[in-house]
Amino acid sequence: MSDSSVNKANAVNNDADAMSAQGYALSKKEMGFARREIRRHKLLAFSLVVPLLLFLAFAFIAPIGSMLHQGFYNPVVNDLVPETLSTLKEWDGKAQPNDIVLNAMAKDLKRLALTRDSGKFSAEINRYLPGSSSVIKSSARKLKRAEDADLADNGAQLLLAANDAWSKPKIWRSIQQAGNIYTDRNYLTALDLERNQSGEIIVRESAQVYMKLYTKTLKLALIITLLCLLFGYPLAYYLANAPSKKANLLMILVMLPFWTSLLVRTTAWIALLQTNGVINTLLLSVGIISEPLELLYTEFSTIVAMTHILLPFMILPLYSVMKGVDPSYFRAAMSMGARPIGAFIQVYFPATLPGLSAGALLVFIISVGYYITPALVGGTDGQMISNIIAFHMQQSNNWSLAAALGSLLLVLILALYWTYDKFIGASNIKLG
Amino acid sequence: MNSDSESDFLRFANVQKSYDQKNLVVKDFNLNIPEGEFLTLLGPSGSGKTTVLMMMAGFESVTSGEILLKGESITRTAPYKRNIGMVFQNYALFPHMSIAENLAYPLKIRRIPKSEIKERVDRYLELIELQGFGGRPPGQLSGGQRQRVALARALIFQPSLVLMDEPLGALDKKLREQMQLEISRLHKKLGFTAIYVTHDQTEALTMSDRIAVFNNGVVQQCAAPEVLYEQPENAFVAEFIGENNFIFGVVKEIRSNVIEIEISTGEMVRARKVDDCQIGSICKVSVRPEKLFLISEGSQDGSSDNNVITGKLLLRQYVGDYIRYYFELPDEKEVVVKVLNDHTAPNIDRGQTARLLSKENDCFAFMAD
Repeated sequence: MSDSSVNKANAVNNDADAMSAQGYALSKKEMGFARREIRRHKLLAFSLVVPLLLFLAFAFIAPIGSMLHQGFYNPVVNDLVPETLSTLKEWDGKAQPNDIVLNAMAKDLKRLALTRDSGKFSAEINRYLPGSSSVIKSSARKLKRAEDADLADNGAQLLLAANDAWSKPKIWRSIQQAGNIYTDRNYLTALDLERNQSGEIIVRESAQVYMKLYTKTLKLALIITLLCLLFGYPLAYYLANAPSKKANLLMILVMLPFWTSLLVRTTAWIALLQTNGVINTLLLSVGIISEPLELLYTEFSTIVAMTHILLPFMILPLYSVMKGVDPSYFRAAMSMGARPIGAFIQVYFPATLPGLSAGALLVFIISVGYYITPALVGGTDGQMISNIIAFHMQQSNNWSLAAALGSLLLVLILALYWTYDKFIGASNIKLG
Repeated sequence: MNSDSESDFLRFANVQKSYDQKNLVVKDFNLNIPEGEFLTLLGPSGSGKTTVLMMMAGFESVTSGEILLKGESITRTAPYKRNIGMVFQNYALFPHMSIAENLAYPLKIRRIPKSEIKERVDRYLELIELQGFGGRPPGQLSGGQRQRVALARALIFQPSLVLMDEPLGALDKKLREQMQLEISRLHKKLGFTAIYVTHDQTEALTMSDRIAVFNNGVVQQCAAPEVLYEQPENAFVAEFIGENNFIFGVVKEIRSNVIEIEISTGEMVRARKVDDCQIGSICKVSVRPEKLFLISEGSQDGSSDNNVITGKLLLRQYVGDYIRYYFELPDEKEVVVKVLNDHTAPNIDRGQTARLLSKENDCFAFMAD
């Protein structure tokens, strides 16, 4: 084949195949090989991460998904009085519902009374309409004694006779609201909001608990982050510039808290801070104070203990970034006439910003969701949002509200991260 | 103290440096540098050349002695008050500032008006042929471009002196050669005084007005490149700068500046006397590979007034622009001859003997250690 004919053949291929823009085209067969090779590599890479993906799906994504769902999902009332709710669908919401609804309610109430579920039902409705609990309970008690046949014919009359409240639309509206399987009530509660009788969202007039707690959590987290920065930055600087033998020893001291149980460390703070603890005894004996200070179970003790616990999270990223900052930057700045302080502020500090933002973000996010330390040393003053979430899970058994509070916390952290990314850029974060 | 010491721009007077109070890294360093000179400190690593530069910049303290700039001692002056520009091997461009901001930094510190800063930054960008790169971060520039910026940044505030610490060490060969030209060009154009540290002798030879060769904290010789290469003052300089052959022999005769030795082939070699050698002692004669001329055996050309050494060819190495011939002497020492690759390059086979001619003036006799 002559040269010109080869060129011609190539030219024909070029027209036919856009892939040959590079000047050299692969044949169909070669392309097939290449594709298979790429696919094989991808498959191999994927199969290596499958165990981790499964674990993440099982231990991370599923629980968070279920938590988000739990916050909206409230099937309790629907499970307790399904018939009433299905008949209530046709109700116009203005006057007393018709007899079909009343009959269904009476029947449901009797059944609840017999299965001892009326308390649960009344508690649920009571959340929407305070005071309705006694109405439901007493009615259920009365209807328990009624005959089934009697209920089928005269259920409505019996119900109205049991309590006058059943003739008013208010309680029915509450039942209807509580009967919704999906509800935004938990989220509204978590934001200190509620729906009034006509369904509009209003600020709850009773205790404004949660917003205050969120603000306080953010405030504490911010203070802790700033304190960690204040203590961590100079130490990291010293570590990064000390001779390696000394730096290694000090690094072990920094890491030591990581190797001690969190509980032990927190308990140690209790021993230090309590009324007859080390600090008070010392100050009393020296004569600086005449009576013990209230140190433990305050906001102060939460801040102190958490700063101590989270300090390594600030020091480590700062240290590794500072270690990488070339000392010649500082020298270059000085040779150009910058005083040491000016060179530090204008040249060294900006170079350590990636480590600083990584450390600050770590400490801030961890402290926003911290539970154990405020629970042990915080008392009532030093409680954070996670403590109230735990309270709703363990004591008040209101998992839905706990889930809503938890979800909001997650949203809050994501929003903060987004803000950070927007203004500083997440690519700036450097852990090492 | 001589009379022209006052006119000297920069003077090192008996400067010494010790890090551990036991060993001196720089011993009794004395040097006068006139304004506008390009001086290179050359030496193997650990020879003290960088320490001198750091003392000059103020980043290392001076253990004893004085550094005088324009007649005033700057020995204890803080680095930021010395007004000395510095270029580092790793460029040390501030990564969080753009190229223009990097260049403007020393001017901002000097509180120069904004309009003038802008004008000067533009002028220096043009000078280093990086117009339009001002807005980019240093990370987007190539090594050579970064080093040009670093150079411009050290020059932009018109310092009295510019120090360069192996500035081309991180670049590849080709770029290094380009940058050598670039630095020389800027030096000629702007006329600044420069102290340049390197361990690359080619770099030192091509760029400098004078070179100070360091070894073990002592300046071995400080002279212009030609002098250093053609007239080494001691064996270290002869060996360190460029390539050199050392031929060993016994001293037979000494006549004022000329020494005559008998080498292992039994031939007599005349050389310029550098070290004081005694008759009967062993000494070594240095002669550069390109100062040796090959003549085939039998020919008697120029034998009368030249040194003649007969050797057996070990290896002929084809380099391209020149050819290297490795000869062996009876004492198993090798002698290298460099011949330009033109039609005169002789064709000798391995094992053949040939005669190597050299001029007396190209041979230097040193004491053998």
